[in-house]
Amino acid sequence: MTKVYKIAIVGSGPAGLSAAARAAQLGLDHVLLEKTDHLSDTIYKYQKGKHVMATPSQLVLRSDCDFEAGKRETVLGVWDEQTDAQKVNALVNADVQAITGQQGAFKLKVKGGTNPWEKPPTAGSPHAANAAPDKAGDVQEIVAENIILAIGTQGNPNRMRVPGADLPHIQYQLDDPGEYVDEHITVVGSGDAGIENALGLAADPEQGNVVTILNRGADFARSKGANVKLLMEARDAGRINVMTETSPSLVEPEWLTVDTRDGPQRIRCDRIIARMGSAAPRAFVEGCCASFEEKEDKRNPGKMVKSIVPGTGIEFTSADREAYPKLSPQFESTVPGIFVVGALAGYPLIKHCMNQGYDVVEFINGNTSLKPADEPILEAKFKDLPGRKSVDEWLELLRSNVSILNGLSPLQMREFMLDSVVRFYPAGSTVFERNEPGSSLFAIATGHVLVEVNPKDASITVPIGQGSIFGEVGLVSGRPRGATIRSGEDAILVEVSRLAALRLMAAVPEAKRAVTRISVERQLLQMFGSGLSAADVADVVDNHEIMQVRAGEAIINEREEGYDIFVIRTGSMVVERNIGGKPVFLSYLPAGSYVGEMALLDGGRRTATVRAAVKSEVIKLDGERVRALLDANPRLRDRFEEDMRKRREVNSFIEAKKDSFGNVVDMYSSVASFLVENGIGEATDVLLIDEKLCVGCDNCEKACADSHDGLSRLNREAGKTFAHLHVPTSCRHCEHPHCMADCPPNAIHRGPDGEVFIDDTCIGCGNCQRNCPYGVIRMDKVPPKKPGLLQWLFFGRGPGPGEPDKKWVYDRVSPETPKRAIKCDMCSGIKGGPACVRACPTGAAIRVAPEEFLTVARLGE
Amino acid sequence: MATRGARQIERVRASAHEGFLRHRNFLWLKIATLLSILFITGYALIDVTPRHNGGSWYGYTLGTIGALLILWLTVLGLRKRAMTRGRWSLKAWTSAHVYLGLSLLVIGTLHTGFQFGWNVHTLAYALMVLVILSGIYGIVVYSTLPDAMSDNRSAMTKAQMIDAITKLDRQLQIAAQPLSHEDTAIVSESLREDPFRAGIFRRLSGSDRACRNARALRQLKARLTIAVEAEEDALQAVVQLMDRKAAALQRIRSAMRIRAMLEVWLYVHVPITFALIAALSVHIISVFFYW
Ligand SMILES: Cc1cc2nc3c(=O)[nH]c(=O)nc-3n(C[C@H](O)[C@H](O)[C@H](O)COP(=O)(O)OP(=O)(O)OC[C@H]3O[C@@H](n4cnc5c(N)ncnc54)[C@H](O)[C@@H]3O)c2cc1C
Ligand code: HEM
Ligand code: SF4
Ligand code: SF4
Ligand code: SF4
Repeated sequence: MTKVYKIAIVGSGPAGLSAAARAAQLGLDHVLLEKTDHLSDTIYKYQKGKHVMATPSQLVLRSDCDFEAGKRETVLGVWDEQTDAQKVNALVNADVQAITGQQGAFKLKVKGGTNPWEKPPTAGSPHAANAAPDKAGDVQEIVAENIILAIGTQGNPNRMRVPGADLPHIQYQLDDPGEYVDEHITVVGSGDAGIENALGLAADPEQGNVVTILNRGADFARSKGANVKLLMEARDAGRINVMTETSPSLVEPEWLTVDTRDGPQRIRCDRIIARMGSAAPRAFVEGCCASFEEKEDKRNPGKMVKSIVPGTGIEFTSADREAYPKLSPQFESTVPGIFVVGALAGYPLIKHCMNQGYDVVEFINGNTSLKPADEPILEAKFKDLPGRKSVDEWLELLRSNVSILNGLSPLQMREFMLDSVVRFYPAGSTVFERNEPGSSLFAIATGHVLVEVNPKDASITVPIGQGSIFGEVGLVSGRPRGATIRSGEDAILVEVSRLAALRLMAAVPEAKRAVTRISVERQLLQMFGSGLSAADVADVVDNHEIMQVRAGEAIINEREEGYDIFVIRTGSMVVERNIGGKPVFLSYLPAGSYVGEMALLDGGRRTATVRAAVKSEVIKLDGERVRALLDANPRLRDRFEEDMRKRREVNSFIEAKKDSFGNVVDMYSSVASFLVENGIGEATDVLLIDEKLCVGCDNCEKACADSHDGLSRLNREAGKTFAHLHVPTSCRHCEHPHCMADCPPNAIHRGPDGEVFIDDTCIGCGNCQRNCPYGVIRMDKVPPKKPGLLQWLFFGRGPGPGEPDKKWVYDRVSPETPKRAIKCDMCSGIKGGPACVRACPTGAAIRVAPEEFLTVARLGE
Repeated sequence: MATRGARQIERVRASAHEGFLRHRNFLWLKIATLLSILFITGYALIDVTPRHNGGSWYGYTLGTIGALLILWLTVLGLRKRAMTRGRWSLKAWTSAHVYLGLSLLVIGTLHTGFQFGWNVHTLAYALMVLVILSGIYGIVVYSTLPDAMSDNRSAMTKAQMIDAITKLDRQLQIAAQPLSHEDTAIVSESLREDPFRAGIFRRLSGSDRACRNARALRQLKARLTIAVEAEEDALQAVVQLMDRKAAALQRIRSAMRIRAMLEVWLYVHVPITFALIAALSVHIISVFFYW
């Protein structure tokens, strides 16, 4: 008879480990299953010596394992020690591949050696005794009453799916490229990981490896430019064999057959390194205990695919990529008996993970009165509000009053409140001021607020009532507040951080719809000008459609029929027209403008093509309904007609010029396309250098350094040039800054002049540097203050104007000083504006907003 | 778009795309011309006795204006390096510097009353003219060389140019392995080439006459005419690489040449400015104390 465990814990990260330790302490019959040959793979894979942080600091740790901020090795060492001492039943090389059955008798299909874990002598390094390579193909079944899924969100590498893909000389990771000599090695996949591996393997000719890299496509669009360049150099020097438009088709020992454009080819191959990205664990999770059915593939009619019967398996809150499994307050999924904790449940911080592991085992063991560890934090959040209510009562009040929170479960409510602040505002107090930076969203729990729509007259206001939200504009682009808002009566408001708001929208589809609707409505009201009310545009808003447009894709084609109106929500568009067989650039439309009115007003066909300059989002408004809106609002109609007239003028101006000055227009068109190709389409402000004037004195860089902590935020020489117009490496203050996406302390903001800046809370993690597609962020230590200019001039003291050289700085700052992210802040707060521009002796350096630079007024300059 | 504040648009105008010579539609050219005409007319119309010279009241006026102007022109060196806050622009300063500096030629000359001699007064005048002449050379190169520099570098940075050479050198080393001992010696001569060892005059000429790579290339090309079979192939590969290296070196040399031409005049302009100020001080002191 097979053994039945009370609890099987899948995954030995902080969540799983803490759960297993609790189970061991309670004497429960448990098993901890870990896919790799060591514990806690995510943290094991951190860079050596990484400092692990223990945030949030107010949260008390409730676990049988200890955890405090420290080095990766120390953290792992403590856990190894305690896992061993508490006699946790941990099995490694136990990859859980499927879960079937039901509560009381779940069956886990486990692949690999599934051998008992042994404490390694040095934490965080491989331990031979735990490895079981010869048993990698073994499969067995483990039976358990309850399951705790704590597999994190790292996922599995995508595997090769060709005949022979299970041969042992295929590997999915490369730890040390120096290990291999005199081999024919093929790298499959040409993302950054693949390219870096190939370069590593070919770096030292002494190793004698013959390295080949396969790329399914013709170019290397998914990889960093620098990597591609190195790869091309290695190819030209004959060190790496690059095969494009090639994919593997058959693996045999010592040989690999590939499909090329010119047919199959068989190449020598002793080892395959497959780097084809990784798949999120979502499919595995959804498939747990699910029933499957054959269904027609929607994207591929006629082809049948296996799909999950709706309502079976572990359900997720929505189809969004950021969505998490639906969970009860006790972390139970929609399959009774399967619990989900840790990063997979939406809690990415180690402390949360560990607390949940503890709590969930207590619950399974019958302890239902345990208060969550976050109770004291929440108590503190509600402490200053009027009216004595318990945490649960407050949570319920907020949930039921605020419409976007209605769909949350009590557990989600708790999580949501941890990242949010709730405050009481006496009647008449200011919530925020116009032009103040801020990216948070506000929700009105009780009372109402007043929006000062006219900056010149504070008495003209528009109310927003209980249950609604405001401040949503800052959410996407971090733009400063558009208007001052004050409370109309005593009010309780919830301030939702940008991160929490984005998560909320991912978790609750209704919340997303509500936020989108409100932001569309307000965008239309703002764009179409005063005199319109929400009721006027309701019909148009109710029928809007949001479209994602890829860079280069057209939303309107010249000569086609149609009269829908498009509002650019994010990104930007270029308007082109075919003149004499060539597309001629007519104008540039930044986010916040609309297009399509000509055909609507004059009933003709489209007169120009409108395509996305960068990946954009547009709101499509039904033409018929907009027409009705115009008929009812003569003032709006006048406004539309005025806009149309102006655009017509531009068009005919360019066409006229084209006849007489064809070359000038061609030049203008190609300069515009060059700028758009270089990402100017998502810039709000960009530094350009006219190389017909630039004498290369680098005074711009020196000025930048001298007005900013001694570090220059621009690199004049680097960057692309076209027709003597140079786009140096310097921040473009993107419409939707990529750098903001993943900043742990949320230190990147947009200031009142539209500048994107990094504040002092930067922890130097380097995420923004990696996320910025234009490479404008540098990580560096801030040098000490230099002696003054006159001291340098007369006594030669200090390094002189501009950025001090590396040596001067390194002699003066301690090696421990952390690096910080450094980028252009558009000289905000400096009277006179951008120092780089002011300091250019010849007028070569200018900073411009793209829509002002890309106008016909510049034609011929 | 309403959210793009008025402030930004104002700033854009402030940085309108005009070079320093055309700044504000030649504002300073107009001012300087007007001043010069004014002073010349004054010189012609005002009758001072016995004749125009530095000592007349008109001469004193011109002298004071000229001396102050020289001091102000010198301050550009400070302005350029002191990144203080405020609504100034170095472009405007340079524009005013150039045109007012040129008008100094008029002011200074009128101040002398065309009385020259072998003395410190004329020395100061001569130095001033030298500074102005070097300044004129400066604006000529400032307005003609930048596009050549831009074309030459074709969006490469200095580091990338050097990098290109380093990479070619590495490939040369590998390609040279099959060569004979003597040929390898020629190749290693090319590897020793360092374009930055050139002195100021060779920089200004941009020539490759002393270039080790060029010499090695000539020698190997001669060897190529007599080599056969495997040796010919190997030599061919090396020669190709060295040709590419010659092109890369040429790019660096052109960049250095243009750079040097853009900078060399400042090594005249600035030191002579200081000599001028010294001579000017002696001139003023001697005028007041030993008249
Ligand atoms: C670079 C980096 C730095 C970070 N820094 C910090 C920090 O400083 N502070 C902080 O609080 N958080 C940090 N985090 C976040 C934190 O590491 C994770 O959120 C946390 O480890 C999640 O814990 P978990 O237990 O949910 O999952 P994980 O730690 O991801 O553990 C999951 C485990 O399950 C195993 N597994 C997966 N699938 C299976 C399967 N099918 N069968 C068996 N086993 C399986 C995996 O091998 C892994 O060992 C960082 C994350 C990264 C990537
Ligand atoms: C007697 C008169 C002049 C004096 C004392 C003078 C002095 C100076 C000084 C001190 C500098 C600063 C150089 C540096 O620090 O890099 C300078 C720069 C310069 N001067 Fe003059 N100058 C004079 C006349 C002129 C004239 C007549 C011209 C042009 C026709 C001119 C053109 C320039 C230019 C183009 C610069 C360089 C600006 C830059 O690159 O920053 N100068 N001058
Ligand atoms: S740092 Fe990069 S991503 Fe961020 S705003 Fe600037 S250019 Fe855009
Ligand atoms: S605007 Fe200011 S911070 Fe930005 S590059 Fe120019 S000088 Fe530097
Ligand atoms: S300050 Fe002006 S001229 Fe000097 S390097 Fe910068 S852009 Fe060129």
